[in-house]
Amino acid sequence: MAKHKQILLKNIREEGQHLLEKAESRGAYKVIRKALEMDPLKIIDEVKNSGLRGRGGAGFPTGLKWSFVPRDTGKPVYLINNADESEPGTFKDRLLLENDPHLVIEGMLCAAWALQSEWSCIYIRGEYAYPYTRVQAAIDECYEKGYLGENIFGTNFTHHMVVHRGAGAYICGEETALLNSLEGKKGQPRLKPPFPAVAGYYACPTVINNVESLSNIPFIIENGGEAYKSIGVENSAGTKLVSASGHINKPGIYEIEMGYPLMDFIEDECGGVRDGHNLLAVIPGGSSVPVMRAEECKGVNLDYDSMKNAGSSLGCAGFMVMDDSTDVVEAVLNLSHFYSHESCGQCTPCREGGHWIEKIFRRIAEGNGMPGDLKLIESLCNQIGGHTICAFGDTMVLPYRSFIQKFEKEFKERISNVLKGVEHERVPMDFQSELVSIGSAH
Amino acid sequence: MGFSISEKARQRLEELKKRYPKPQSAVMSALYIVQEEHGHISDEAIDWISGEVGLKPVHVLELATFYTMYRRKPLGKYHVQVCRTLSCALCGAKKLMEKMQERYGIAPGQVSEDGMFSYEYVECLGSCGTAPMCEINDTYFENLTPEKFEELLVRIEKEQPDLSLSTIEGKLGEGLSGCPKSEVM
Ligand SMILES: Cc1cc2nc3c(=O)[nH]c(=O)nc-3n(C[C@H](O)[C@H](O)[C@H](O)COP(=O)(O)O)c2cc1C
Ligand code: FES
Repeated sequence: MAKHKQILLKNIREEGQHLLEKAESRGAYKVIRKALEMDPLKIIDEVKNSGLRGRGGAGFPTGLKWSFVPRDTGKPVYLINNADESEPGTFKDRLLLENDPHLVIEGMLCAAWALQSEWSCIYIRGEYAYPYTRVQAAIDECYEKGYLGENIFGTNFTHHMVVHRGAGAYICGEETALLNSLEGKKGQPRLKPPFPAVAGYYACPTVINNVESLSNIPFIIENGGEAYKSIGVENSAGTKLVSASGHINKPGIYEIEMGYPLMDFIEDECGGVRDGHNLLAVIPGGSSVPVMRAEECKGVNLDYDSMKNAGSSLGCAGFMVMDDSTDVVEAVLNLSHFYSHESCGQCTPCREGGHWIEKIFRRIAEGNGMPGDLKLIESLCNQIGGHTICAFGDTMVLPYRSFIQKFEKEFKERISNVLKGVEHERVPMDFQSELVSIGSAH
Repeated sequence: MGFSISEKARQRLEELKKRYPKPQSAVMSALYIVQEEHGHISDEAIDWISGEVGLKPVHVLELATFYTMYRRKPLGKYHVQVCRTLSCALCGAKKLMEKMQERYGIAPGQVSEDGMFSYEYVECLGSCGTAPMCEINDTYFENLTPEKFEELLVRIEKEQPDLSLSTIEGKLGEGLSGCPKSEVM
């Protein structure tokens, strides 16, 4: 520990940190008091200067997003904290919500003051029942103490905060699907523009930020944008929570400084891959980014630019590690089931194409692949990417294309074995059946 | 058949409706509240919710089928959701499924004869670092092995603990004694 500057996880292991009294004894709600004495526009400037980029996956500059909010419409401004965290491989927001909810709330309050918003909402995925109870309890404590509600901290600022539970749809993490869901509709994305900053929740100006993005705000206000920027590297300021999982000795959540070498992260933080095995591949940013082969990981750093130059993406840093025992065909089949199941069904290319691709991967895995199958998948990917309302379609094809391109030999071998009549012993990783879903059939 | 719901549930919904700019935002909460009291969401429930939040019944029905956590038919008293997505799959989630099948002789979506258990495969539950894992009602059980999973099922059969989140009370059931609700690395 302590090798990296800790901004978000500083107090996470402390006993009782989820309780207001304990959190306050460690400094919670000091910064919001300071913020309330600052000019809201000055806060936005500090956040701009900090170089903070959205941690929900897209990496959009947070301060810039805030500056898009019009201030003279006469309509209320809403702030939404995206706690839908459902990207496979990602589990960092849960930790913050569960163990340091007051940090999250303080970050939201600072943002709310900067945006002059009187109402905010934490949209938390339905399965996060325990984090939900923790956050709700924290909010209740704040109301009791006068940290939420009217005239908070004795100022004339009023702010109300609501926790809203989702109900099992991955797509509600996409910001416009989230807005629809919050308006009592199906979680299906909207066309942009208009962007939420202009017309979001009930057509009012709305800012949507990820839990981790907002949790960085108190540090930025307390220490100034420059101090935040001095951590990390150019274009990737600050620290990043990495959710590490898969075939490693020490899975878990690590707060690293941006720009930290990827291989050091695997060896030092994650304790290396399981004994007796070698690294095969990494999906570094959550399942919706291109996979990287072991040899591509060398010399790459965990920051936006370095990952992009390496042909992948930092995404939301859902870091999934596969060792050489992994059957890559089964792995991508597993992911293709996720995407075909989670498509909201609005756009034909994604809804239909996603299912087709899963079927083709399945027949390859089952030993019934046909010579043209890889080309067929590529052609389907071309028809999905860029042809849908939201980025779900664009990102789903990234793992498909990269798996096929980087493990072409494995895919081709599997298909040509079929033609030669060679049996491949299957170790299925995708054990879904057609019966899987009880609740819905979208 | 008429639709009935407790006064407490009704009050809870009223309170929630006031928290949003428009009452229709509380429709998802209304679905949860009804599901908590009735175990699933019936056609009568859809009509009732529709009246409460001011949306057409077909609109409410659409939500009840779009969102996977709403159930249109009763499930087992303990509904086991085993994560099947990549990190869990890499760490052996398949063995958990096999245990389920072996122990209760049911397929995903079916309910055991005594009405106690049902199960399904679900997508990533945000516990990939403690894979494989499952969620039973509203409680997570992480870092499982087939053996630990079996022990867990045996304990649930015996202790019959409360593992559900009460939407009306806003609190999670007491859970199995001695089982952490969540683990931090
Ligand atoms: C399919 C899809 C799923 C998404 N899921 C999430 C999510 O679970 N959590 C999240 O914070 N952002 C998610 N996003 C990104 C949001 O749309 C949005 O960009 C983000 O919440 C903005 O916050 P940030 O600027 O602080 O990152 C998703 C985007 C897409 C296209
Ligand atoms: S893959 Fe199972 S919890 Fe994420």
